[in-house]
Amino acid sequence: MNWFTKTFSSTVGRKIIMAVTGLFLCSFLVVHLIGNLQLFRNDGGEAFNVYSHFMASNPIIRVMEIILVLGFVFHIYDALVLTRRNKAARPVSYANNHPEENSSWASRNMGLLGTIILVFLIIHLWNFFVPARFGGLDGVVIEDVEYDNLYLRVVESFQIWWYVAIYVISMVALAYHLIHGFQSAFQSLGLDHKKYTPFIQKFGVAFSILVCLGFAVIPLYFFFLV
Amino acid sequence: MILDSRIPEGPLAEKWDKHKFDVKLVNPANKRKYDIIVVGTGLAGASAAASFGELGYNVKAFCFQDSPRRAHSIAAQGGINAAKNYQNDGDSIYRLFYDTIKGGDYRAREANVFRLAQVSVNIIDQCVAQGVPFARDYGGLLANRSFGGAQVSRTFYARGQTGQQLLLGAYSALNRQIAYGKVKMYPRTEMLDLVLVDGKARGIVVRNLITGKIESHSAHAVVLATGGYGNVFFLSTNAMGSNATAAWRAYKKGALFANPCYTQIHPTCIPVSGTYQSKLTLMSESLRNDGRVWVPKTVETAERLRRGEITVKDIAEQDRDYYLERKYPAFGNLVPRDVASRNAKLVCDEGRGVGASGLAVFLDFADAIKREGQPAIAAKYGNLFEMYAKITDENPYERPMRIYPAVHYTMGGLWVDYNLMTNVPGLYAAGEANFSDHGANRLGASALMQGLADGYFVLPYTIGDYLAKMPYDKVPADHPAFKEAEQNVIDINNRLLSVNGQRTVDDFHKQLGHIMWEYCGMARNAEGLQFAKQEIRKLRDEFWRDVKVVGVNEELNITLEKANRVADFLELGELMVDDALHREESCGGHFREEHQTPENEALRDDENFAYVAAWEFTGVGNDAVLHKEDLKFENVKLTQRSYK
Amino acid sequence: MVTYPIKGISPDMSFLEMMDVLNEELLLKGEDPVAFDHDCREGICGMCSLFINGRPHGPERGTTTCQLHMRHFKDGDTITIEPWRAAAFPVHKDLVVDRSAFDRIQQAGGYVSVNTGGVPDANTIPISKSIADKAFDAATCIGCGACVAACKNASAILFVSAKVSQLSMLPQGKTERKTRVENMVAQMDIEGFGSCTNTGACAVECPVGISLENIDMLRSEFIFAKATSENL
Repeated sequence: MNWFTKTFSSTVGRKIIMAVTGLFLCSFLVVHLIGNLQLFRNDGGEAFNVYSHFMASNPIIRVMEIILVLGFVFHIYDALVLTRRNKAARPVSYANNHPEENSSWASRNMGLLGTIILVFLIIHLWNFFVPARFGGLDGVVIEDVEYDNLYLRVVESFQIWWYVAIYVISMVALAYHLIHGFQSAFQSLGLDHKKYTPFIQKFGVAFSILVCLGFAVIPLYFFFLV
Repeated sequence: MILDSRIPEGPLAEKWDKHKFDVKLVNPANKRKYDIIVVGTGLAGASAAASFGELGYNVKAFCFQDSPRRAHSIAAQGGINAAKNYQNDGDSIYRLFYDTIKGGDYRAREANVFRLAQVSVNIIDQCVAQGVPFARDYGGLLANRSFGGAQVSRTFYARGQTGQQLLLGAYSALNRQIAYGKVKMYPRTEMLDLVLVDGKARGIVVRNLITGKIESHSAHAVVLATGGYGNVFFLSTNAMGSNATAAWRAYKKGALFANPCYTQIHPTCIPVSGTYQSKLTLMSESLRNDGRVWVPKTVETAERLRRGEITVKDIAEQDRDYYLERKYPAFGNLVPRDVASRNAKLVCDEGRGVGASGLAVFLDFADAIKREGQPAIAAKYGNLFEMYAKITDENPYERPMRIYPAVHYTMGGLWVDYNLMTNVPGLYAAGEANFSDHGANRLGASALMQGLADGYFVLPYTIGDYLAKMPYDKVPADHPAFKEAEQNVIDINNRLLSVNGQRTVDDFHKQLGHIMWEYCGMARNAEGLQFAKQEIRKLRDEFWRDVKVVGVNEELNITLEKANRVADFLELGELMVDDALHREESCGGHFREEHQTPENEALRDDENFAYVAAWEFTGVGNDAVLHKEDLKFENVKLTQRSYK
Repeated sequence: MVTYPIKGISPDMSFLEMMDVLNEELLLKGEDPVAFDHDCREGICGMCSLFINGRPHGPERGTTTCQLHMRHFKDGDTITIEPWRAAAFPVHKDLVVDRSAFDRIQQAGGYVSVNTGGVPDANTIPISKSIADKAFDAATCIGCGACVAACKNASAILFVSAKVSQLSMLPQGKTERKTRVENMVAQMDIEGFGSCTNTGACAVECPVGISLENIDMLRSEFIFAKATSENL
């Protein structure tokens, strides 16, 4: 192994990858949420459809998409490798254990939360991303140009109660994942300072709640108000 | 036998330098041809092993703990003395030498103590270079405090954990040599015999404490840095595992044991709370800087207090006896350890002790808190108060602490010459395991100094002198002498395992401790000592008839380990009593009731007893033979200590 | 698991004294006593361990097992006692585990490479009081392994970081700081400890209060070392 692979296959190195990809995915969430805010424009979905067309066709976005996929892949891959390692590090578990006395539930269940998010991601991609990118949506004409009507898919999907429920529950899981994950990423990168760390911790909690709330409002809005 | 201390000629201040020049050196390329065994990895052992490794010798180091880092040096709280005179308060090598000689009640060798004071300054440099985080002033330079009633501030410290930090420093140096392959470490391995070939120490027999395997290790020299024997008292501030077995078995192979009766009783320990008590916890001596020691004036008040009819608050100021302040107006509560301890015993013997057992005195911070405020007191002693509260479940900010003396350190040990070599060629003893530097009483913050001085700065020079005169030839570990020693160890173990009696090892140990504490503790007299000798002999016979050791040798067997150690304590206890009985004077930690001034102070007899008593083994049950090494004082004038 | 009834326990007893009482009873019955590690019994040697009622060193924070007293338990309680459980800490017998992995990690670089003698006067290296105090805080680790025992991943990072940050903060340790962190982390991984997922359990259960800041410092040292050292 050379120094590079040695670095990133060590337990500390893998967490660096987890942290970098995690923070990158956080930034994606922000972009995604801002785009999704187009759904709240009262224009019958015009702005949203134009936006989604841009996202599906712009070459820069396409490159970013590959990076994003890689971000997910590395985040998940390292999570799996480390989880296996961590399980092997304690082959016999305690008969009587009270971890709740020393650590938060979310911090101990990142794998579980991540798995929920992954399942959600597959459902979500299948329902929206795949048809938007590879066809299968109805068309709609906006200012003489034909666009895929992704907005219609959104409206239709969020009429189904269990679909809304999956979304809301998944966003709760994401919120917990981020509440631990956001500040944990800074720790994994060794970024700690008396002055800034308290802010990062508070910001992380606010970020996690606001972003996930923002996403969760969308299905609820369409279910109850549209 | 003539004891040759091999003290170099010349003026005191030049002896060590001259000696360092006179000793033979081993060629760097030849050092790797010599093997050295170091038993014990406390301050002395770890520093010696690391330094030998650095020089190029092949070292094997042994400890019974699971890691060298756990040696009991780690528990030392207060600090380490060094004559740096960083505080510009008049300290010097000569003053540290003088204080140590006087503090030891003139029963130590001048030359050894002077060398100790000389190298004390190197120790601090060495430890700082290793990254030991000593306390510092705001300017970034090292801080000092005055300790144990010293008139100068020469004690370097790392909060209340100086021993821990110094040991971890030595441990790190040891680790470096282990990583280089110069030291091979054998943790959880206990030395059970010394092997002599042609009259020279050539190896040891050990038991692997996990598998029970008995193994031999051969070398050109053996260093014992195995600590003191305070656990002979069962209750002491020593660790549970601290034992005298290695030193004792060396004694039984011909090494002389010097001054076994010199034991230091530390005045500020948390009192015994019940028969289940397994050890005593020391509270730093610094508490006496602000705490006032007292007991009720009358036996009647003390009795009512013990019965719970009244509380501390019901005892009016005029009904309290601040006995140290009363008897020693000049030093007050800051009298030396032995004086404070003995007076606590005196008032308790009078029936004025406090606590359920009546074996405790008060250490009261009420006045200090009133004067300086609770936050100031908490800043100084917070961790100690917390520890006290944790153990006793009482809040020392509201109620006075209860304290009582406990066995803390043993000044006696294997007899060594100036080179730290015992009378057995090739066998060295370092740190608390030897007798050399503290005389009859050790000053605070001097144990750490001595352990590191021996390991870092004395042995690396003196051992070379011996090895340089030795052929490189190794003795194979299957040499008949090793086989014989192994068989001896196996026989002892088998004997212990086959008794299958009715009493546990701890039970015997507790009874021995009780005898030692009552008759060979803070105050001794001929009658009591003679009685104790008979009691110990009886107990030893009973031990070998009625001890219960379960299991087999070939496993992790905690009772067998203990049984071996207690078997040795049962012999060592008798030698301590013999020594105490023969020394018809009072000095330092040895107080004979027959020899005291009209004011109940220790009365030395310099004319007849200014010597080191070194005892030679002649068989279990036989009286040991006394050899005397006269102490010559050419530089200090012998005076009676007075703290009035 | 075996359940032993035990009587005559005083609230002033330490937990290990309770174990002593149990072992004395077992011995008198001719049974094997329960093996457990202990030595100084004043909370500094780090030899005692024990996972008591689901917590390393028992329910009290900032306390080693030897300093835990029976007054924290109720009469009639059944107390579960387990050894530290980690692949890197194999069990020798009963409650005794092998923590030599910790020693090997220290041997990988937990030192400043100075030989005895030939060092400068101690006061030629001024160190600000705040740095000295911080280094001291890290240096107080007793190496008991409670961090590993508490961590859901059996990670040893708190232990390793305490030494790395102590020495990287001090000028004496700076010369070797890169190699040190690289080698100590590598050895930690070789020993089979898990990875840190920042649950913080280790610092909560640490009997001497080693702080999580040390872990962050280890990571920044690691990143700095890997990016700039010449070790391939």
